[in-house]
Amino acid sequence: MAMQTKSGQSGAGDATKHWWTLRLTAVALVPLAVWFVASLVALAGADYPTMIAWVSNPFVTVLLLSMLVSLFYHLRLGLQEIVEDYVHARRAKIVLSVALTFGCFLLAMATIAAVLKIAIGS
Amino acid sequence: MADFSLPANSKIRKGQSHPAPAGAANVRRFHVYRWSPDDGQNPHMDSYEVDMDSCGPMILDVLIKIKDEIDPTLTFRRSCREGVCGSCAMNMGGINGLACTKAVADLKGDITVAPLPNMAVIKDLVPDMSNFYAQYASIKPWLQAEAPPSGKERLQSHDDRSKLDGLYECILCACCSTSCPSYWWNSEKYLGPAILLQAYRWIIDSRDEATSARLDNLEGPFKLYRCHTIMNCVTACPKGLNPAKAIAETKKLMLERQA
Repeated sequence: MAMQTKSGQSGAGDATKHWWTLRLTAVALVPLAVWFVASLVALAGADYPTMIAWVSNPFVTVLLLSMLVSLFYHLRLGLQEIVEDYVHARRAKIVLSVALTFGCFLLAMATIAAVLKIAIGS
Repeated sequence: MADFSLPANSKIRKGQSHPAPAGAANVRRFHVYRWSPDDGQNPHMDSYEVDMDSCGPMILDVLIKIKDEIDPTLTFRRSCREGVCGSCAMNMGGINGLACTKAVADLKGDITVAPLPNMAVIKDLVPDMSNFYAQYASIKPWLQAEAPPSGKERLQSHDDRSKLDGLYECILCACCSTSCPSYWWNSEKYLGPAILLQAYRWIIDSRDEATSARLDNLEGPFKLYRCHTIMNCVTACPKGLNPAKAIAETKKLMLERQA
């Protein structure tokens, strides 16, 4: 059980950036998530045109996009932490890291595209 | 993957029972982890009933009495018997601590005594500390300064000295590190709370000039950043120290020098 001194060394500051960004996105998500849930509760039972009008409101569009970016970036960083904690097989680690990066990116793009499509109009 | 169950050769079986002597009035039962590298057997839990009326108050007193009067094959480390050396660190009643400072009266019912969790066992209650000590050596736990020794003391203000309070008391017993799930899953790469507290003890020392190199050494996703503020380390520390705070302060320094 030789101690691994060199493994896991990334470029200068990468790990610190990862740690700090995880916290920044978490802090950003607190008000954004509260606003989002409160809005949905307030809009419960609203009809289709009302929802379209809500998303098209520029303030709502900006907040929604901010939330989606923070959310999926936070998700990607958090899942990466879990992989680093529990997955030790080298190959599985790389495959999972790539898969979750692509997965989070696709989810982010899909949701952002949906908001933009409504906001800007098709 | 991280190991969530024991391998077949580590499954713990039931062992022998040693009943209390006839007429004993104040009996406590101890289930003690036993494993010998020599007999090819799986580990097992032996039970010892001890008359506390003829025994000292601490778990260490019980272990010494068992070794002395009941079973001389029981193996454990001990030295100072007053919470200074850290040799008798083990898991008692499910919580890490020092056998010499853990009172039997503080634990209810039958008491399980086991080696420090997730450490390779050398024999019975004796864990292999090689990795832990190698990690300690890796943080260079000595004063580093450019200026050659002047033959006099390196002076320090009272304020600077007080920054070492809550750090210098660490006796490296490994109670905290071996209570940390992050350390269980990644003990080869993550330095763990004890070593990180020691690292911070030198980072914050006003007389040390290698602060930047020390922080560099903690970069990367594993050595420092596997700490997820689980706080088991704080609960486990028999000296009442706060490794989680030392780790948080280190993270702050890492961030500050980036900005």
